[in-house]
Amino acid sequence: MMQIGLNHYLVLSTILFSIGLIGVMRRKNLLMLFFATEILLNSVNISFAAISHYYGDLTGQMFAFFVIAIAASEVAVGLGLLIVWHKKHNNIDLDFMSTMRG
Amino acid sequence: MFEAIAFYLFAFLTIVMFYITVTTSQALYALTALAAGMIFISAFFFILGADFLGAVQIVVYSGAVMALYAFGMMFFDTTREVKEKQGNKYIVVGLSALSAILVVAIFAAPMVSENITAIYPVVDGIGNTQAVGMVLFTKYLVPFEVAAIMLLVAMIAGIVLAGKKMDRSLTTMEEDEIKTLREKNIKVHS
Repeated sequence: MMQIGLNHYLVLSTILFSIGLIGVMRRKNLLMLFFATEILLNSVNISFAAISHYYGDLTGQMFAFFVIAIAASEVAVGLGLLIVWHKKHNNIDLDFMSTMRG
Repeated sequence: MFEAIAFYLFAFLTIVMFYITVTTSQALYALTALAAGMIFISAFFFILGADFLGAVQIVVYSGAVMALYAFGMMFFDTTREVKEKQGNKYIVVGLSALSAILVVAIFAAPMVSENITAIYPVVDGIGNTQAVGMVLFTKYLVPFEVAAIMLLVAMIAGIVLAGKKMDRSLTTMEEDEIKTLREKNIKVHS
């Protein structure tokens, strides 16, 4: 209980990933969907860093860096698309954008 | 002892913050809770000895990503509550099943990976930042450059998408100028 092992971090990562998954599945607002995606990526980062620490290997931290880079670019492009959609249709509801016609 | 206390404290705080992010109907509450959760996550990186990763987490997420979201939310009406219709029970069942499978897979994973050996082991006697730099600029140089190009592409895409017609602004125009634009039915942004 008092000795924190790899499993503690993996369980925490699972809990956070489940929270993010719930957010992705039940939110209908696209902005909230982006927030939930950030939670998913961060939970994976925690397990990468934990495995990197407990196996004494730096590869996990490297992958965490690349995950952060991907998250940053995803936010830039996604937010740009969101702003364009909001200018055009004046809402960001997921049900509203079920068709691909611009 | 202190590691355990710090772990449980930050685990509790992170879960609470992300739960607020997922469940609240106010976009502004979700944003602030997400920013707080990101900072609490960086505490795990510091506990795990990944100092550079923790610093990057704070700088990139709480600095860049949250600022970007805050600027993006100025385009939307955040005071309005987010309307969401609920009530699909199949989704709840499916989510629970998926989470259960995830837990089983994570507990089963260490059994499969008993005989893992480190490819790039942590070198004794140098700091975490130095070790990260040594591995990143030798073994992971090509992915690093590709990530840089990807960020450049994302930056250009963001400018092109969001910056359209940004040269026209209501605050810098005269009254009659705005009136003529309205008559011509051209959209302007405040």
